[in-house]
Amino acid sequence: MSALRLRNLQKTYPGGIRALDGIDLDVEPGEFFALLGPNGAGKSTIIGIISTLVRKTAGEVQIFGHDLDRERWLAKSQIGLVPQEFNFNGFETVGQIVLNQAGYYGLSRRQARDRAERYLRELGLWSRRHTVARTLSGGMKRRLMIARALIHEPRLLILDEPTAGVDIELRRSMWEFLRRINDEGTTIILTTHYLEEAESLCRNIAIIDQGRIIENTDVRSLLRSLSTETFILDVRGHVADMPTIEGFPIVPVDESSLEVSISAEQTLSDLFRALDRAGVEVTSMKNKANRLEELFVRLVENNTDSQREPA
Amino acid sequence: MLNGYITRTFVALRTIAFKETHRYLRIWAQTLLPPVITMTLYFVIFGNLIGSRIGPMEGYGYMEFIAPGLIMMSVITNAYANVVSSFFGAKFQGHIEEILVSPTPNYTILLGYLAGGVGRGLLTGLLVTGVATFFADLNIHSPLITLSVVFLTALLFSIGGFINGVFARKFDDVAIVPTFVLTPLTYLGGVFYTISLLPALWQNVSLANPILYMVNAFRYGILGASDIPIGTAYLIVGAFIIAGGSVSMMLLNRGVGLRH
Ligand SMILES: Nc1ncnc2c1ncn2[C@@H]1O[C@H](COP(=O)(O)OP(=O)(O)OP(=O)(O)O)[C@@H](O)[C@H]1O
Ligand SMILES: [Mg+2]
Repeated sequence: MSALRLRNLQKTYPGGIRALDGIDLDVEPGEFFALLGPNGAGKSTIIGIISTLVRKTAGEVQIFGHDLDRERWLAKSQIGLVPQEFNFNGFETVGQIVLNQAGYYGLSRRQARDRAERYLRELGLWSRRHTVARTLSGGMKRRLMIARALIHEPRLLILDEPTAGVDIELRRSMWEFLRRINDEGTTIILTTHYLEEAESLCRNIAIIDQGRIIENTDVRSLLRSLSTETFILDVRGHVADMPTIEGFPIVPVDESSLEVSISAEQTLSDLFRALDRAGVEVTSMKNKANRLEELFVRLVENNTDSQREPA
Repeated sequence: MLNGYITRTFVALRTIAFKETHRYLRIWAQTLLPPVITMTLYFVIFGNLIGSRIGPMEGYGYMEFIAPGLIMMSVITNAYANVVSSFFGAKFQGHIEEILVSPTPNYTILLGYLAGGVGRGLLTGLLVTGVATFFADLNIHSPLITLSVVFLTALLFSIGGFINGVFARKFDDVAIVPTFVLTPLTYLGGVFYTISLLPALWQNVSLANPILYMVNAFRYGILGASDIPIGTAYLIVGAFIIAGGSVSMMLLNRGVGLRH
C-alpha cells in the first residue's frame, strides 16, 4: 500500500489551461519525496487535488489505500498540508490557529493543548503563542504553518515550497526538523525549485514539467544522469560492425552514426583513445541536447529570477 | 470508526461555532454596538418624538408597535451580516482552506457558520430588546411564538448570508444584498406601520414580502396582534429555510467559489 498513489491525474482549469496531463505517481510509506519543477509546472495543482482544494478533471487519488472520492473522511484525516501561500487568519493568535486546526480534526481539548505546546516549542513559536499571526516575521509564519499541519499528527505531510523566502540558516534548521519528523515515521512530500534542497533531504524525486512527470527516480541516479553528457558521432564505415568499447555505452543511431555517453569522471580524450584503439574513425561530432539538462537550466534561471525579487 | 466519526465531527462543529462566536465578540464595537446605537435613535426619534404625534396603531402605542419590528430588523441585519462577512473574509484571507482541507464534512461547516450568525442575531435582538424596555412596556404575549419566530428568522437570514458569502468575490458583493434587498424589504415589511393603512393594491403587494410575515409573527408573539395568520408565517419561514439550506449544501458540495 502506497502512502500516496496517483493515477492518470488530469486538470484543466476553467479558461482552458491544461495544468496536469496524466500524472502517475507512487510514494511509499516512510519516504521523503521531492516534487521538483519550474514555475507553472503543476506542482501546486497536484497538491491542490490531493488536499481537495482543486477539483480534478480526471484520475484517481489514494492516500494510504483510501480513495479520496469514496473514503474522503479517512483519506483526508491522514494528510497534513503546508500550502505555498500564507492562509491563516492573520487576526488570530498563533495559539488559536493551531488549536482551531486541532478542532477541525476532532482532537480533544486536552490533546490539542498538549500537542500545540509540543509543536510550537519544537518550531520555536511557543513564546509567540499569544502573538497575532499577521505580526509574525515571514519565517515564523512558515513555521506556524508547519506546526498547524502537524497538530493532528498526519501520516503524510505535504509541503508546497516550504523554504521559499526563508534565509539559509532557517532553511537548514527547517530541513533538520523535517528530517527528524521523517525519521520518526511521517511520510513527507515537498515541492521545490531547488535541486539542492531535494538532494539534501530526499531519496526519491519526481521531476515535473508542463503537467507531466518527465523523470521519476532516486536522487543519486538523477545526479548521475545530469553529470553525463551525450554526443552523436558520425563515423566512417558501417555501424553494424561496431565493436563494443570498454567503459563507454554506445547506441547506434543509424547506419553511420552512433550515440555515446560520457560521465563526469571520463574525458573526451579517453573516448577518442578508445575509439582509435577499436579502429573507429570519427568524421564529425555534435552534443546531444539533454531534455533534463535543459529543464535544469530553466530551473536555475527561474531561481535567480526569484532571488532578484524583493522577499 | 462510526463512533470516531461522530465525536470528531461534533468537535469540529464546536470549534467552528466557537470561532465564529469569538469573532463577533472580539470585534463587538463593529458588530454589537452599532445596532444598539441605531435602534436607540429609532426609539428616541420615531417612537418618542414623532410617535407621540402619530397616536395608536392597531390599538397599541406607536412605541410599543414599532419595538418588535425594530428588534426583528436588527436580528435580520445582524444574522445576515455576520455570516456573509465572516465567510467572505475567510475566503478572502484564505483561511477557509484550513477547514476545507480537514475532514470536516460540509454540513458541519454550514452549521458552524450558521451558529455564528444565529448567535449574533439573537444576541443583538436581546440587546435591542433591552434598549426597548427603556421606552416601552413589553409584556410578552406568547414566549414560545416570540422565541421560535426570532430563532427561525435568525437562522433563515444566516443561511441567506452564507449563500451570499459563497458567491461574493469582492467586498462590494457583501453589501449589495443588504442595501438593495434586505433594507427595503424590512422597511416595507410592516416594521413602522400596519399594512391595513395601505390601499388594497399595496396591501396585496406587501403580502409578497416574506419579511412582513416574520415581523408580524414576532409582533404577535409580543403584543398578540398581527396583520397576517401566524401559521402562514411559520410555513413561509420553514419553506425558505429548507430551500436555502438545500442550496447552501449544494453549493458546498460542488465547491462553488471555494474549490477551483
Ligand atoms: N486557479 C487557477 N486558475 C487557472 N489557472 C491556474 C490556476 N492555478 C494554477 N493555474 C495554472 O496552472 C498551471 C500550473 O500551476 P501550478 O500553480 O500548479 O504550478 P507550480 O508548479 O506550483 O508553480 P510554482 O512553482 O510557480 O508554484 C499554471 O499554468 C497556472 O497558471
Ligand atoms: Mg506552486
